[in-house]
Amino acid sequence: MKSNVIYLLLFCSSMMTAQNAIIRNATVLTVTKGILPKTDILITGGKIARIGGSITPLPGYQVIDATDKYVLPGIIDAHSHIGLDVVNEATNPVTAEVNVGDALDPMDIAIYRALAGGVTVSHAMHGSANAIGGQCETIKHRYGAVNPDQLRMEGAPRTIKFALGENPIRVHGEGNKIIPNTRMGVEQVFREAFRQAQIYQKDWDDFKKGVRKKAPEYSLRMETLSDILKGNIIIHCHSYRADEILMLMRVLQDFNIKKVCFQHVNEGFKVAPELARFGATASVFADWWAYKFEVYYSTAYNAAILTRNGVTTSINSDSEELIRHLYHEAAKTQRYGDLSDEEALALITINPAKQLGIDDKVGSIEVGKDADLVIFEGHPLSVYAIPQKTIVDGVVLFDIDKDRADMRLDVQPGDKYPTFIDSGREMYDHSCMEGVSELLMEESYARYLRYKLGAGHQH
Amino acid sequence: MSRIFFLLVQASILFTGIANAQQVKKPEAGSFLLKNATIHTITQGIIVGDLLVREGRIAEIGTGLLAGQDVKLVDCTGKHIYPGMIDSGSRLGLVEIDAVSVTSDFNEIGDFVPHMKALTAVNPNAVAIPVTRVNGVTTVFAKPDGGTFPGTGALIDLLGYSPEQMSCGSERVIMRFPSTGRRGRWDRRSEEEQKKEADKAMQSLNEIWEKALMYSRIDSAARAENNTYLTNQPQMEALLPVVRKQQSLFIEVNGMQDIEKALDWVAKNQIDAVFMGVAEGWRVADKLAKAGIAVITGPVLSTPRREYDRYDAAYANAGKMSKAGVKVAIRTDNAENTRNLPFHAAFAAAFGMGKEEALKAVTLYPAQIFGVAESYGSLEKGKIANLIVTNGDPFETKTKIDALFIRGWNVPLESRHTLLYDEFLQRTPGLK
Repeated sequence: MKSNVIYLLLFCSSMMTAQNAIIRNATVLTVTKGILPKTDILITGGKIARIGGSITPLPGYQVIDATDKYVLPGIIDAHSHIGLDVVNEATNPVTAEVNVGDALDPMDIAIYRALAGGVTVSHAMHGSANAIGGQCETIKHRYGAVNPDQLRMEGAPRTIKFALGENPIRVHGEGNKIIPNTRMGVEQVFREAFRQAQIYQKDWDDFKKGVRKKAPEYSLRMETLSDILKGNIIIHCHSYRADEILMLMRVLQDFNIKKVCFQHVNEGFKVAPELARFGATASVFADWWAYKFEVYYSTAYNAAILTRNGVTTSINSDSEELIRHLYHEAAKTQRYGDLSDEEALALITINPAKQLGIDDKVGSIEVGKDADLVIFEGHPLSVYAIPQKTIVDGVVLFDIDKDRADMRLDVQPGDKYPTFIDSGREMYDHSCMEGVSELLMEESYARYLRYKLGAGHQH
Repeated sequence: MSRIFFLLVQASILFTGIANAQQVKKPEAGSFLLKNATIHTITQGIIVGDLLVREGRIAEIGTGLLAGQDVKLVDCTGKHIYPGMIDSGSRLGLVEIDAVSVTSDFNEIGDFVPHMKALTAVNPNAVAIPVTRVNGVTTVFAKPDGGTFPGTGALIDLLGYSPEQMSCGSERVIMRFPSTGRRGRWDRRSEEEQKKEADKAMQSLNEIWEKALMYSRIDSAARAENNTYLTNQPQMEALLPVVRKQQSLFIEVNGMQDIEKALDWVAKNQIDAVFMGVAEGWRVADKLAKAGIAVITGPVLSTPRREYDRYDAAYANAGKMSKAGVKVAIRTDNAENTRNLPFHAAFAAAFGMGKEEALKAVTLYPAQIFGVAESYGSLEKGKIANLIVTNGDPFETKTKIDALFIRGWNVPLESRHTLLYDEFLQRTPGLK
C-alpha cells in the first residue's frame, strides 16, 4: 500500500511539472469559436499558446495524439461540495464571515473522480442551511497537490452562498424556533442583514472622516456583507420556487446589488423573462426533481426554457456522483428542449465560467486561456463518450491508460471510510445539506415532530 | 391560390390548437400497423418491416403487411421500434415526494414484514409515472425497502387507473441480506460493532427461515389431511411460495463479503434466489456465475463504494458480471428519475457490457427473471405490445421517442415536464 502512495506521488509530481505539451490532430470543440477539425493545440507554461494545423513544438514538449478524438474545454461545475472537509455552518441564519476556503481538502478522492469525468474547475460551495451562508471557493482540480492552497483558482472573484426556502426554514425556524420559519421570514433576514451592513459601513465612513470619534466594533460578518453591497462578491443563491426568486431580485434591487447567480432554481423557467431582465444567471440540475416539495413542479426542460429566454444558464452537479458525468447531464437538454451542440456544451463550460467570473481564464479553447482541457473518445454529448485524458494547467492529471485502482493520496490506517458503504443513495453526501441532514433527522427534526405531535394533543 | 392555402394551413393550426387546449390527451385504443420500421426484436435479430398491434398484443411482424379495416397506419420509415424498457427495481408509484414522509409508502415498520404488498400502495396517478414512460420505460418492479424482509414487490406496467390494472401478475418477496458494510459516511460504528450487528441479524434471519420451513410443513400436512384451520401468520404465509420454490427470493446484497455469505446461505438452504444491488459483484463475478444466480444491478450511475476503488467501478460492474457469465438485469433503484434507466444501461454498455447485452438487461432478462418472458421482453408475435418508436438508439441521450405503446394502447407523449415546457417556453403574458 505504501509503495503505491510513493509511486503515486512520483507519478503526480513528475506530471505536475510538464506544462508544455502539444495535442495533435484533434477535433477541437472550442465552444466559443466553432469546431476545428484536425487541429493541434500548443500548450506553453500551462496556457494555450497556439491553435492551428501542423504546429511544430519546441523539443521537450509532451506530445499527446488525439487523432479521432474530441477536445473540449475543461468542464466547470458551478455548484459542488467536493474537496471540502465541512460544508454547513448551520448555527445562525447569517454566517457571511465563514469561508469554505478555510476547510479545503485536497486529498478528497472525489476530486480525482471528477477529473475522470472531465471536470477541471468546481465551485466549492457552502451549504444551504442559512439564508446567508458562508463564502465559497472556486477550485482547480489539481489532484496530487497536498497543500490546500494549491486548489484555489488564482484570480477567481469572491463568491458567497445564499439560500431560500425549505432548508433555512427547516434548520432555523422548525429546528431552532427563530426567524426564518417562512418565506416571509427569509426575505426579512436579507433586509435586516443588509441594513445592518449599511449602518456598519456608514459608522466606519464617519469614523474615517472624523465625524465619529470612537471606532466601530470590527465585524468580519459585516465586512463581508459590505463587500456584497459594494459589488465585490458574486451571490450564488440556492433557490427553487418562482416567488422566492422574485423576492430575492426585489431585495437585491432595493440594495442596488447586481451580481447574482440563482442555483438549482427549479422554477426558474416560470420567471425566465424576469431573470433575463435583471441580468441574473441560472445554474440548474439537468433533471433532478420531486425529492422535496419545493421541486415538485419542475421540468427537465428548465435549462432549455431559460436559455431560450436569454438567461445565461449552466448545468451543475451538487453531487459527487453527478459531477462525474456533467457532459451527459448537458446532453439531456437535447432530449428535453432541442438545444444545439454548442448551446449544450456552453452549459458546462463558458456559461458556468461566466457565473463564477472566470470566463477570461477558462471555459473555452482560446489562445491565452488556461490549458484546462478534456480529450474524449466519442463526442462528449454522446452517452457513450468516455473522457480519456483530463488536463489542468497543461498537466495531464487523469489518464485512462494510467488509471490505477487506488488513487487515494492519504492512505493511512484508520483512514477516511475505507470500508464498504452499503448505500447507493448518497443524496446528502457532498451536497447542500451535508452535515445538516443528520442534525435534522436526528435532533431538530425529531424535536419538530414532537412539537407537532404535542401541539396536536392540545386540540 | 397560395394565399388561400396559407390561410387554410393557419386555420387548421388554429383549430388543432383549440382542440388540444380543450381536451385531455388520452391513450388511444385500436389496431395499429407500424409500417416500414427497423424492428429490434431482441430475440430474433433486427428486421426491417412492419409490426401489427391488435388487441393489446403484437399480432404480426413481417414485411408487406396489409392494413385491414379499422387499422390505423403509422408510417415508421426511418424509425426504430424497440420493446418498452423494464426497470427491475424502482420505488416509482410508491413515493410521490421523497422528503414528504406522508407521501412515502415503501418502508413499513418492522424488520420482518414480507406480507406488505407494494401493489397495494402503488399510486396509478403518481406524477412521475407519465414522466417515466415518455422516456421509453414501460414496466417497473415497484419494490418496498427497509428491514430484512421489507415486503413483496410488484411488476407493473406504467398505464392504468388501478394497481390491479397495472399489475403484470408477477409479485416477488424481497429480502435484504444482513450487511457488514457501513450504512453511509455518517455511520461511525466500529468494525466490531458492525460485525456484531450483522451476526445478530444473520442469527435472526436463520431463525425466521427455520420457522418458515416449519410453517410450510405444518401447512402442507394440514392441507393434506384436508383440515380446515385458521392461522394468523401473514408473514409466514407470504414466504410460502419462496420456501416451496414456486418463486425466487429476491435478495438485496451489495458488499463482497456479504455476497459471498449470501451465496453460501442460499446454497445451504437450497433457495432459488435472484440477487439485487450486487454493487461489488465484479469482485466475485465468477462465483456468481458458477452459482447460476441472476442479478439485478444498479444504479449504474453511482459512486464506487470504497474510497480506493477505481473511478468507474459502478459503471463497469454490470459488464464485468455479464462477461463472467452472469445474467444481468439493470435497475435505477430510483423513483422520480426512473426515466433515466436507458442512461444507466448506456453507461454499463460503454464501460464494458456492450450495447446488445445492455439492451437485454432492460428488456429480455428482466422478463425472464420475473417469470413473464412469454408476454414481455422482446418483440415477438403474441407478446404484449409494450413498445417504443424512436428516431435512433434508445440509450442515446438526444434520441427522441416518437410513439409509445403500452398493452397496445397508443399513449400520448405527455407528462408534467412536457406540459410545463409547452406552457412556459414563451410565457403569455410575458413581461410586457
